[in-house]
Amino acid sequence: MPDDRRVRLTRSIDFSSSLRYALPGLSEAENEARFGAAARPHGHNYRLEVTVAGVPDPATGMVLDLKELKQVLEREVMARFDHRDLNRDTPWFEKQPPTPEVFASVLYALLREALGDLLHGIRLRQDEDVWVDVSGDPAPTVP
Amino acid sequence: MIALTRRYRFSAAHVLRSERFSDAENERIYGQCAHPSGHGHDYGLEITVTGPIDPASGAIVPVAELDRLVRERVLARLDHRLLNQEPWFRDAVPTAENILLAVRRELEDALAGRGGARLARIRLTETRRNAFECGDEP
Repeated sequence: MPDDRRVRLTRSIDFSSSLRYALPGLSEAENEARFGAAARPHGHNYRLEVTVAGVPDPATGMVLDLKELKQVLEREVMARFDHRDLNRDTPWFEKQPPTPEVFASVLYALLREALGDLLHGIRLRQDEDVWVDVSGDPAPTVP
Repeated sequence: MIALTRRYRFSAAHVLRSERFSDAENERIYGQCAHPSGHGHDYGLEITVTGPIDPASGAIVPVAELDRLVRERVLARLDHRLLNQEPWFRDAVPTAENILLAVRRELEDALAGRGGARLARIRLTETRRNAFECGDEP
């Protein structure tokens, strides 16, 4: 039976990145034929909601020190993606384009590595009308 | 688990009345919503799909493709329409519950045979205060 003292805690961060759906192996024309307008340079104001879950430590009363979570998100997400170009400045979008699904999978894998079993799930909001939820195990395959 | 949610909006008019009931019963059951002239709402429609990421597109269902499906199969029937005239509601009162279930039938049909994508959840907001959902728990 699951521990009923388990608590979920969500912290959100905002960052902006430029991107295009374009694979280095394809020509400009091929990328545009495959991905349409998304093949051209554009940008998003992303919001990432990170949920950790656990039983609060009896001494501190915390699942995870928010200061620590903030540092993890700063290091794993903000430093890598905020005001960066996803295609040019990061190594994850050479085989698959930075769709919200692929980007969320990359973020989930990075945070899984950093937070281990504390990570409950993430929601990546690309804009007001599109978001992706990732949770559970195993992590979806990342290129 | 990975799931993508896309939100759409549409505006529609409806009257909540059923021929099964007398005028008095309709007014008792549906209250203000039974007013014969009709009324309308700005609906929000959130469609959640889940499934494997297709390596060719990097998507469960490419958003542009989902948009086309929803536009052609759902919004074309509902947006700026009197819902009582839509064949989906010939034998069903166009309550939010029935709109939700009709959209689910249509989109399950549209997604069938389209690889691994599955309709996981639909959420329909009728006003800021009322939301209706079916499918997987969030």
